[in-house]
Amino acid sequence: MTTFVPPEIDWLALAPLIVVLGAGVVGILVEAFVPARARRTTQIVLALAALAGGLAFVAVLWPQIVAQPVQVVGGSVTLTPFALAAQGIVAVLAFLGVLVVADRTSTGQDAFAPTASAVPGTSYEDLARRAGLVQTEIYPLLLFATGGMMLFASTDDLVVMFIALEVLSLPLYVLCATARRRRLLSQEAAAKYFLLGAFASALFIFGVALIYGFAGTVRLLQIAQQVQGGMLPLEGMSVLLVAGVLLVTVGLLFKVGAVPFHAWTPDVYTGAPTPITGFMAACTKAAAVVALVQVLYRTSIGVQAVDPQILRQLQVVIVVVAIATMVVGAVVGSVQSDVKRLLAYSSIAHAGFLLVGIAGFNAQVQASTLFYLLAYGLSTVGAFAVVTLVRERRVASGSRSGEDNGPVADDGVVLGEATEIAQWAGLGRKAPWLTAAFGIFLLSMAGIPLTAGFVAKFGAFSGAVTGGLWWLAVLGVLASIVTVAFYLRLLVVMVFRRADDETVPEQVPDAEDLDASETAGASGGTAPAALATAQVTAAQRVVVTVARSRGPAAVAVAVCAVATVILGVFPSPVLDLVEQASKFVP
Amino acid sequence: MNDVIGLAPWLIGFPLIGAAVLLLGGRATDRWGHWLGVLASGAAAVVGFILLFRMIGTPAEERAVDHSLGTWLSAGGLDVDLGLRLDPLSMTFVVLVTFVGTLIHIYSVAYMDHDVDRRRFFAYLNLFVAAMLTLVLADSYLLLFVGWEGVGVASYLLIGFWDTGRPTARENAVAAKKAFVMNRVGDMGLIAAMAILFATVGSVGFADVLPAAGGLSEGTATAVGLCLLLAACGKSAQFPLQAWLGDAMAGPTPVSALIHAATMVTAGVYLMVRSGPILEAAPTAQLVVVVVGAVTLLFGAVVGTAKDDIKKALAASTMSQIGYMMLAAGLGPAGYAFAIFHLLTHGFFKAGLFLGAGAVMHAMGDQTDMRRFGGLSRFLPITWITMGLGWLAILGIPPFSGYWSKDGIIEAAFIPVDGQPWRAWVFGTVAVVGAAITAFYMTRLFFMTFGGRRPRWTENQHPHEGSPLMWWPLVFLGVGSAGLGLVLGIGGTFTTWLEPVVGHAEHHEPVLPVPVIIGATLVLVLLGAALAFRMYAVQLVPEEAPRGSFLTRAARRDLYQDAANETLVVLPAHGIARLVQVGDRDVVDRGWGVLPLAVSWFGAMFRKVQTGYVRSYAAGMAGGVLVIALVAWLVVRLGAGLGGAQ
Repeated sequence: MTTFVPPEIDWLALAPLIVVLGAGVVGILVEAFVPARARRTTQIVLALAALAGGLAFVAVLWPQIVAQPVQVVGGSVTLTPFALAAQGIVAVLAFLGVLVVADRTSTGQDAFAPTASAVPGTSYEDLARRAGLVQTEIYPLLLFATGGMMLFASTDDLVVMFIALEVLSLPLYVLCATARRRRLLSQEAAAKYFLLGAFASALFIFGVALIYGFAGTVRLLQIAQQVQGGMLPLEGMSVLLVAGVLLVTVGLLFKVGAVPFHAWTPDVYTGAPTPITGFMAACTKAAAVVALVQVLYRTSIGVQAVDPQILRQLQVVIVVVAIATMVVGAVVGSVQSDVKRLLAYSSIAHAGFLLVGIAGFNAQVQASTLFYLLAYGLSTVGAFAVVTLVRERRVASGSRSGEDNGPVADDGVVLGEATEIAQWAGLGRKAPWLTAAFGIFLLSMAGIPLTAGFVAKFGAFSGAVTGGLWWLAVLGVLASIVTVAFYLRLLVVMVFRRADDETVPEQVPDAEDLDASETAGASGGTAPAALATAQVTAAQRVVVTVARSRGPAAVAVAVCAVATVILGVFPSPVLDLVEQASKFVP
Repeated sequence: MNDVIGLAPWLIGFPLIGAAVLLLGGRATDRWGHWLGVLASGAAAVVGFILLFRMIGTPAEERAVDHSLGTWLSAGGLDVDLGLRLDPLSMTFVVLVTFVGTLIHIYSVAYMDHDVDRRRFFAYLNLFVAAMLTLVLADSYLLLFVGWEGVGVASYLLIGFWDTGRPTARENAVAAKKAFVMNRVGDMGLIAAMAILFATVGSVGFADVLPAAGGLSEGTATAVGLCLLLAACGKSAQFPLQAWLGDAMAGPTPVSALIHAATMVTAGVYLMVRSGPILEAAPTAQLVVVVVGAVTLLFGAVVGTAKDDIKKALAASTMSQIGYMMLAAGLGPAGYAFAIFHLLTHGFFKAGLFLGAGAVMHAMGDQTDMRRFGGLSRFLPITWITMGLGWLAILGIPPFSGYWSKDGIIEAAFIPVDGQPWRAWVFGTVAVVGAAITAFYMTRLFFMTFGGRRPRWTENQHPHEGSPLMWWPLVFLGVGSAGLGLVLGIGGTFTTWLEPVVGHAEHHEPVLPVPVIIGATLVLVLLGAALAFRMYAVQLVPEEAPRGSFLTRAARRDLYQDAANETLVVLPAHGIARLVQVGDRDVVDRGWGVLPLAVSWFGAMFRKVQTGYVRSYAAGMAGGVLVIALVAWLVVRLGAGLGGAQ
């Protein structure tokens, strides 16, 4: 009779995951037991503490894992330096993301609906808003998603990876639906994300099934060893392996946002609450790219000696996807007129640049990918944080009903985000510091030297060159030139173009404008046409203003901007760190 | 030496601080700014003399000291230490620059008295002194280059100093620009030389490069030598980059004296002598240096004979005298010491002549046309005597200082190199003929200004001596013009002094006996002077310049140097520029203009795919999976690959 042998668990190695996921569980309990007044503060503190704690444990584990990678929980979790570094990056970016989420700004409202379950536009929703309800469940949800991402990046077992995929995705689907303003758009985005995500998950798990059919196991390192050792003959069976790996890859490429699995990205990035978009764009991409690198490279270890044909197939597929992704991201991005959509396409283009590096299939790529993800994540979180602060403000009376749920006919009230690029004109004069920070993020995304983005792109492209794909690197450079065009266009609009409302005095918007519209109405009898025009303009009169951050978002923006510049000017300490992380295999 | 070496950075520091205070202090320093400028320069001079006397007190072989100031640049394989090299060569320059510089500062206090921008003028002068000392004290080509560019900037600022509010403002600005642009051409040579040195030797420090010069291949050494020569030609107004110097006289006269006569324009000679080991490894480059020097010395001398503007005549003379120095610098160790010696004496007598010319202009209401002078000796006795000393010095009449240095160069030119007597004959003859022409034009200048029985002044002019601030510097420089050569030249004191740097020259016999050379030179010089005396002192000088012979007309127009530059360089360059402009606008821009259109078009197409319908997105994903499957299948089918990681 076999006795139950409890697995030896290295708790310390699991500590980052446990802290983050455990805090998520505690957060649920907080919802149940902490009084409503203190709930929000508690949740924020808990979330930030958990992420900081997770990061601290990553730091504690670092020397040990660099010296000797481990597999824990019977091989379910594989902690390589690469995976651990990914956990650290996710934790850092999530920390910054939560700061943005937590900021209520000078409007006193955060980006989330008071009760997400209320039907948009109903009186119940209005009631909830007046009652000052807040949906504090977003913080545990964020923690679960973050924990899922960290696990996603640090497993070799495809089934665990699938579970992690769902753990990270489901909270995100929910979070996408919680926007305070433009709620229908937000809910539509969530639904799309969910449906397409389910489709991608199905492809992923189908791939896992095929791999299991081929190897009888779902652990990539085992498969690699067995294939290398000749225990798994490839003849006639390689189709199963290739099809399986490619389907798993498709599932991951969906999360990465690579063409042709990118279609959800612009819609979801636009619809989701902007802080969530920033978090999702930075962290999800980091986790998914790391997982993709691990799947591809662990597969390649096994097959490269036995059947190079398979490696060639994988490489060609990645190259094709990389080219398509860069082209679509860069080209379509350049015709966008909405800041959030522009950033979404920029994120697609960056997925392409990351794939360029990955397509090089060499060891150098691990370090450069990590650096890229950090650099990209910092500028993305920062850029979306800036977007949350640039708002519309109504300056004249008018019956403005619809998606914004601000008090009706209350002049001078700050509405939702001003995401039309044209609305950003003159921002450089209204908010020079914010514009400067945003400029840094854009330059970094464009890959201009002295920003982190340059070092990152240099690393990714040189990875491709080392792998013999110099022409792909050239294509990458050309694509990034196209992206530079739209980043710079945005900068030009912000800094050099004058806002339409620039002559309107900033401090006293309501009284004067009210008077103006009333006089227009009084004299309307003589000139009906003029009256009509005046009413239309008065009703639509919104100016762009910058909401003051209550602190957290400003801190996040500042940290991202400073880090972007530091990583660009003195990249060596971080480069040394990620260089240490170049081990896929325990 | 080591106990005072810590003072060396102050040589540069004092004038640099002076310039900074005057420039940043602005109008607040207007009242006392000029005295601060004098003080800064004077302090540097005091430090310079302290260091000089300590150096004289140390044994010859310990005189060269490198004073490191720490690492400046460390980039890849390039490590440049910031350091100063103090040796007899650089100290000679330090003393010349700070002493003559201080005299000129003092002179300028009076000369620029009525200028509202006097403070700015002194700021620039201080900046110049700091940059010039950086140039000569640098222990690497890179730091030398910093000073090199610094003096270029100061020169530019000072030539164009009067760029507003005067009738000639525009021409002054153009002259400044011309000087700057022509200097840039030379600067490219220095940059290229540094690049070649870094590529071959792996360093740009003198301590690494110069000892290694012997190991360079002859081709490399020639390339470096010619690049350095190009730099020297730009800075020292040598043929073919000589055209800027005449126009540079647009600057205030003290500037012409300090920068465009005594110090900056001799930086090219310094560069040649400092780089001696490189030139010695490249006989071809040496020959080119000699040829450039010979051509320029004749060129300048010929131009000098025809100029009626006193400053332009002196500028042509400067060009010609630097030609002598260049010629000597190309002769190898036998010539180096005399090149520097002539540089030193020339620094004194030419500065004296320029300041004298300034005093004359000051007296005559800024008139520079010598045909409007004449008979000034009675009215400006101090200027007359001090300029007379300078005149005798430049003529090379013993025992005035020019004789000791110039005669050394002429003798060295007559020494056959590599047993090739033709070179000795050609260059020796050029040097002697040049000396004769020099005698002619300087005598002409001197007597057109001071001599003559009848003044040719315009209007109601009342020439008078300037303030003591102006004539004391003249006296100092006059004494230097008279006695410096004798003090340093007799018994070869100066040659011995420089020996630790330039090496000991083996004694070779000239192709003619030395007394014959000296005698012939003196006879020719006296003939030239006598001719000029007859034409310009005995005969009446016409107030309007006669039409003159073809050669005179050519010389008046600087032997058509501007026309030549215009035709050979500017017009073709304009042509190329126009071609590039047209190509850029019509081919490149139009071509690239298609790209944004294409991008927008593709973007609009792809945008249509973004329908917002989940079903079409899902279909897209399914299609993507199929495409990937197809690609994977094709790879197997065609056996294609990317030539990548396999």
